[in-house]
Amino acid sequence: MPIEVLMPALSPTMTEGKLAKWLKQEGDEVSSGDILAEIETDKATMEVEAVDEGVLGKIMVPEGTDAVPVNQVIAVLLEDGEDASAISEAPKPAEAKQPDPQAKEAPKEESGSAHAAPPKEPSPEAEPEWTGPTVKLTVREALRDAMAEEMRANERVFLMGEEVAEYQGAYKVSQGLLDEFGARRVVDTPITEHGFAGLGVGAAMYGLRPIVEFMTFNFAMQAIDQIINSAAKTHYMSGGQISSPMVFRGPNGAAARVAAQHSQCYASWYAHVPGLKVVSPYSAADAKGLLKSAIRDDNPVIFLEHEILYGQSFDVPDSPDWTVPIGKARIARPGKDVTITAFSIMVGKALEAAEKLAEEGIDAEVIDLRSLRPLDSETIIASVQKTNRLVTCEEGWGYAGIGSEVASVVMEQAFDWLDAPVKRVCGVDVPMPYAANLEALALPQADTIVAGAKEVCYRG
Amino acid sequence: MSQVASFSIDHTGFLDAQGKVQGELPAFARDAETLTRLYKAMVLTRTFDAKAVSLQRTGRLGTFASSLGQEAVAVGVGEALRPEDVLLPSFREQGGQFLRGVTMTELLLYWGGDERGSDYAGPREDFPICVPVGTQAPQAAGVALALKLRGEARVAACVFGDGATSRGDVYEAMNFAALQALPLVFVVNNNQWAISVPRARQTAAETLAQKAVAAGMPGLQVDGNDVIAVRHVVGEAVERARRGGGPALIEALTYRLSDHTTADDASRYRDDAEVSARWKEDPVARLRTYLSEAGHWTKEAEEALIADCAARVEAAVEEYLATPALPPSAMFDHLYAELPAALEAQRDEVTANNDAEGDEP
Repeated sequence: MPIEVLMPALSPTMTEGKLAKWLKQEGDEVSSGDILAEIETDKATMEVEAVDEGVLGKIMVPEGTDAVPVNQVIAVLLEDGEDASAISEAPKPAEAKQPDPQAKEAPKEESGSAHAAPPKEPSPEAEPEWTGPTVKLTVREALRDAMAEEMRANERVFLMGEEVAEYQGAYKVSQGLLDEFGARRVVDTPITEHGFAGLGVGAAMYGLRPIVEFMTFNFAMQAIDQIINSAAKTHYMSGGQISSPMVFRGPNGAAARVAAQHSQCYASWYAHVPGLKVVSPYSAADAKGLLKSAIRDDNPVIFLEHEILYGQSFDVPDSPDWTVPIGKARIARPGKDVTITAFSIMVGKALEAAEKLAEEGIDAEVIDLRSLRPLDSETIIASVQKTNRLVTCEEGWGYAGIGSEVASVVMEQAFDWLDAPVKRVCGVDVPMPYAANLEALALPQADTIVAGAKEVCYRG
Repeated sequence: MSQVASFSIDHTGFLDAQGKVQGELPAFARDAETLTRLYKAMVLTRTFDAKAVSLQRTGRLGTFASSLGQEAVAVGVGEALRPEDVLLPSFREQGGQFLRGVTMTELLLYWGGDERGSDYAGPREDFPICVPVGTQAPQAAGVALALKLRGEARVAACVFGDGATSRGDVYEAMNFAALQALPLVFVVNNNQWAISVPRARQTAAETLAQKAVAAGMPGLQVDGNDVIAVRHVVGEAVERARRGGGPALIEALTYRLSDHTTADDASRYRDDAEVSARWKEDPVARLRTYLSEAGHWTKEAEEALIADCAARVEAAVEEYLATPALPPSAMFDHLYAELPAALEAQRDEVTANNDAEGDEP
């Protein structure tokens, strides 16, 4: 069979080039490695080598031709005993071995809308109801207990980060861990976020279960290459050979009076990335239950805490076996008139707003998302189908935020149930001001949520 | 004023560019069979590289990085490791990867854009090729930390290029490794060119080996075109690390005779005369000269080796080209340990729309 010689790509981005010169003519014998032609692009000149032996049967593209598309047949080689009649008259671009995104056909249009009915969403494992004893803990203590319990249960779990050992954590979350587990498993690192995140990724890939503490997630920007390009992708890119079971945790969002570079929410940054799981708890019970699940998870988990919540107390199930599944939202307050979604510190503000709304006769349902990737769209949709109205809350910027994602999911899956456009309540679209008065204005408060809820209820 | 610290960097080489022995050969190099194995590994690598470049030039492979002229570095590292050790390569260490059991078909699949090529059937715990510069260095420190905490007498070896030594994360890895006395050997494949940036414009430091000094570990320089020297110096560092002696940095001096990758045209920025001169230091030719003059290698053996390498590479290429393309739904494979429901729905949609049409996407 004649062998088609294709216009080669000099780089993955090259789409066309100039066929500058033929160094072999029709009828010439060629052997593997012979140079057939020269190709020019704006960046380089290269030689097209023969891979196979044969006779140059026909030149399909004359020299001097500009803008020859990659993978177009430029010549045909004849093998022993073939003559030029074996060449088909109308050569077509041959299938290249390299995947070509342009060549793929668009998915076929299906009859009717793909979203006429909410698609089947297998329900994540339901959270078992806790009926046992509880204990009052701060979020800080709950996080410490989660780590301690998991470190007792699995010797491959270890904690590392800046100030986690001797200093007991920059926010005292790792109190007592050095005493119990020693410097081998509670590791103080130099000030090298990129370095120790990468080190954690390597240790996870190699059979340990690291908990990497960032003093705050603002500093994790140094390490985001390791988190996204390695932790989130290596399982995928190694064909399932290498995984990164690990937790990146630390305070996220706006504390108070620490200005633009230290007051930002990274929820939507990480939730954007396939390969990561992202959780952001509000209560101490969820902080403990979700951190335990995150440590046991076989995937990299981003665990977003909040500095202002560290000192707040909640009832926490008193059992080392109790966990909260990742991917499941919690109805923090049932209601029938409007759905309010929130996560982290905004759950408290949403609950406060719900009390104020109740005084005005609006019965709000507050959903604590808890898990941002995967998102529990089932719980959100079911709630919207009941209330027909939705307000999303987040402390971070609204642009391409978590609220945008929630709104999209509801628009795609429950459009017909909405009686009003979705309202996003979020941080003002500016870097966090340092001035106290401006800072308060830039952050969404309970009253902002109240106003949003009244807006979607058409109550002025 | 008093001096509180000083350093010196040792350079090791046994075979000069003409294949003559300088000084006394290490013990392993007195075994003709070992040297022949190293020679064969370098020739196979060179044959593979040439074929891969041809495949790229004819549209049958994606961008590829040849190791032409640098075969001795990766082959020397590969030979210095035990099977249970862990190799974290950059993207020019195919010679060492082959010695450790990665197949030519797997690397062709990888460079052809098929992730299945990184699922090595042989060395299950070696890391895949790392294209981002230096990313594998802190990870290597993590691997070594894991090996140390698990109490295993195994060593990690991490290879990166001269350009990577300018990166902060590579220094962070070296600093941490030395601080914790980790079982880790860093090897710099100093091929003198970081794409178009020559070594002289990379750093003001006299050697790259001395980057180890600030981290607090030994830094050694070796003739990277002398496979005996690479095998010897890396081997000593590996065994020292295995005994708990901590990490080391080894700078292997070599030269990139090829373009950076097939997406590069080095003639645009590099003088041909410089390249021609460097061909005289070819690692393959010098070992062949030595083996021939020592009576361990013949013209017949050479011809048989060339034919054997060509046949093996050809067989790998055929296997690669005959590998069926991945189905569209495979884009969801291995994304999570267990695929979350929302992505399962997406995958099912892709499957329904595409896979029904046949194997070819």
